[in-house]
Amino acid sequence: MSRAARFAPLILLVLLLAGLVWRLATPVDTDVHSRLEGQPVPAFTLAPILPGKPGLASADLATGRPRLVNVFASWCVPCVTEIGVLEQLQAKGVAIDGIAVRDQPQALAAFLARNGNPYERIGSDPQSQIQIDLGSSGVPESFIVDGRGIIRYQQIGPIEASDVPMILARLEAAK
Amino acid sequence: MIAELGLAALWLAAGLAALQLLLSIPTVRGSVDGAGTIRAVAVLQGILTLTAFAALLVVFARTDLSVALVFENSHSAKPFIYKVAGAWGNHEGSMLLWVTVLAVAGAVFAVLARRTGERTLIAALGAQAALGLGFYAFLLIASNPFARLDPAPLEGKGLNPLLQDPGLAFRPPTLYLGYVGLSIAFSLAVGALVTTEVDSRLARAMRPWVLGAWILLTLGITAGSYWAYYELGWGGFWFWDPVENASLMPWLAATALLHSINVLAARAALKAWTMMLAVLAFSMSMVGTFLVRSGVLTSVHAFAIDPERGTFLLALLAIYVGAAFVLFAVRAPRLREGAPFELVSRESGLVINNLLLTVILGIVFVGTLYPLFVEAITGEKLSVGAPYFNAVAGPLALLLAALVGIGPLLSWRRERRPVLKRLTVPALLGLTALVITVVLSPHLAILPRLGFTVAAFLAAAAPLPLTVRNPLRAPLATWGMVVSHFGIAVALVGMAANGAFTSERLAVARPGQQLTVGPWTVAFDGVTPTAGKNFTALEAELRASRGEGAIILRPQTHYFSDPPMETSEAAIRTFWNGQLYTVVGREDPSGGWQLRLWWKPFVTLIWAGGALIAIGGALALLGRALGGWRSLRRRSAPDWRERYI
Repeated sequence: MSRAARFAPLILLVLLLAGLVWRLATPVDTDVHSRLEGQPVPAFTLAPILPGKPGLASADLATGRPRLVNVFASWCVPCVTEIGVLEQLQAKGVAIDGIAVRDQPQALAAFLARNGNPYERIGSDPQSQIQIDLGSSGVPESFIVDGRGIIRYQQIGPIEASDVPMILARLEAAK
Repeated sequence: MIAELGLAALWLAAGLAALQLLLSIPTVRGSVDGAGTIRAVAVLQGILTLTAFAALLVVFARTDLSVALVFENSHSAKPFIYKVAGAWGNHEGSMLLWVTVLAVAGAVFAVLARRTGERTLIAALGAQAALGLGFYAFLLIASNPFARLDPAPLEGKGLNPLLQDPGLAFRPPTLYLGYVGLSIAFSLAVGALVTTEVDSRLARAMRPWVLGAWILLTLGITAGSYWAYYELGWGGFWFWDPVENASLMPWLAATALLHSINVLAARAALKAWTMMLAVLAFSMSMVGTFLVRSGVLTSVHAFAIDPERGTFLLALLAIYVGAAFVLFAVRAPRLREGAPFELVSRESGLVINNLLLTVILGIVFVGTLYPLFVEAITGEKLSVGAPYFNAVAGPLALLLAALVGIGPLLSWRRERRPVLKRLTVPALLGLTALVITVVLSPHLAILPRLGFTVAAFLAAAAPLPLTVRNPLRAPLATWGMVVSHFGIAVALVGMAANGAFTSERLAVARPGQQLTVGPWTVAFDGVTPTAGKNFTALEAELRASRGEGAIILRPQTHYFSDPPMETSEAAIRTFWNGQLYTVVGREDPSGGWQLRLWWKPFVTLIWAGGALIAIGGALALLGRALGGWRSLRRRSAPDWRERYI
């Protein structure tokens, strides 16, 4: 048996151990990071869904001021609690737009009347088309878009009260 | 008091393991005659660890909340069976179980083994003691199961409701028994490498342990596959999840070892290779345990994750496997290869079997650890999914299954009989199956199509070894082999049918609506809330029929409040020709419900095949045990038994 064959298992073991030691030393980062951060918002135009609320287009997100785009729906349970946090953000001067996914006007109007309405514009995305283009896999999700239409941050899941300082800091940094 | 007794027994056992290791070194060298003492110490160690484990069972059965482990994992109101199962349903308890099985296996081995040379045996017992020592240290230093709480709390914290499942209560012990059976093969290989007495006697001593471990691993994997199938509600039988792969890798190595060990036993060939496999099989068990326990790979199955304990386990892994590999590298040149064999012979058939199994093992190993290495080198995160494993390992597994039909018909050394002629009928059957699938479903994917072909061939070829002589007079081990190989064909039909003919229907249905899936018409009658002991649930009522009378299925979604958790409980109905599998999901904003229906023809054959494979192993083990017992009766008992028992 050649020397190489005899020592091959040992060498493979050392490689394996090196990999495992590295893994144990570097804690696993289980956060999923958005691939769209740093990318421009994909071009879209969404029709209004409620009378008196304008729809949303990608051009509305490049007006020189950072905005928070909230992907939500009236049929989404976590969105109910998130609305309160969004209202806190609005009270601190944050501009918030909404994308209503697979929603119906009556249901949405009732939802906003019951829970509050922090949105300046709400675009209707009846087939989740724009949601998919944005790389969002569920509701609620939120995007921070800077004044030039570049996505700076994607929040997967609801924004909770404890996230408010982080969101404000990220909006500040996006200026 | 009982907890202290258990702890004392554990410390004593650890001391005895140290003595066993220290004494084995001069005994193997020949300067001291410690053989009898070592055997007695091994037996005593087994008794002490059993005492410790019994003590743990007692404190759990009594819900003695002054023991920290009981407080963390039990509750006075829990059903008695889960109170007892709670003893090993946690990290400390399962490590104590591991050590107990290790020591008891060592004791049984010390009493029964006398087929191999005395020096090799003592060296193997020394190696077993070294293995034990590391795990005693782990238990006593890093995870003492008997630690007390003062003052004792009034009530325990309970057990995760998801883990109160009979399958989960008894599967880990099955896998552990399997892993630890491989530890004897490991110790014997290390012992034989120390003395360089690698011969057919060693193979015969090792074989029953490998066979027993392999049976348990086969059962564990089959049961695990069924558990994931019905519990996770995804309708699949194998997900190539890291934790599943962790149990598959030792099985692949043990399967290869099981075959190569026969070459060593019958022809004294493949010495170095068989020793390597024996070391590898147990190493893979340790790697598997480490991967599951340390959480280095993210998995849906990861229950108990602790990086510090992971470090300890990794150190043990490095020491034991590293030492065995170094020993192998040093000693391999001194192993003289046995009798030569020709290209077409039973030996070369088994070599091909081993090559294919090893390559599949390599594929699974690389696929499981690839994400780790990519992230270490480039920082990029990725995951390796089922498409890779199916595409790379699938064809090799099919090739292997086809060769399983041919290999057992070959004779040792060189082929003398007309093997090809005997395979005419199986080959024709395989061809017929191929033609039938082409005619009936011309658009079938290639793997299921070949799966049916190979399965038909193998089902007909597997029993042929019995036809050489009168089947009733064939050895039990041959019957075992035939049953196992036939089981592969059965499982293969199940997998191919699952891949080829599964009908799936994913729909949003309103109450009163009808859906079709495969031959079934399923009427959705509505959803009603219901409650269990520690959860609330939504239950859908489905009426399914295919011509004859309707049957009712009630899939549920369970909501646990503490911790908040949602599980879907599939409703499954088994028929002779398949399973109807139904899952209810969430409510849609429009007032409909997500329903997922599958008709899976012949899917149960997958697990029936797995069970047949294990039954075949049990037959072979029984045959070997009876043979060994008969030959034992002809010899006189060795003198140490007269001295110590």
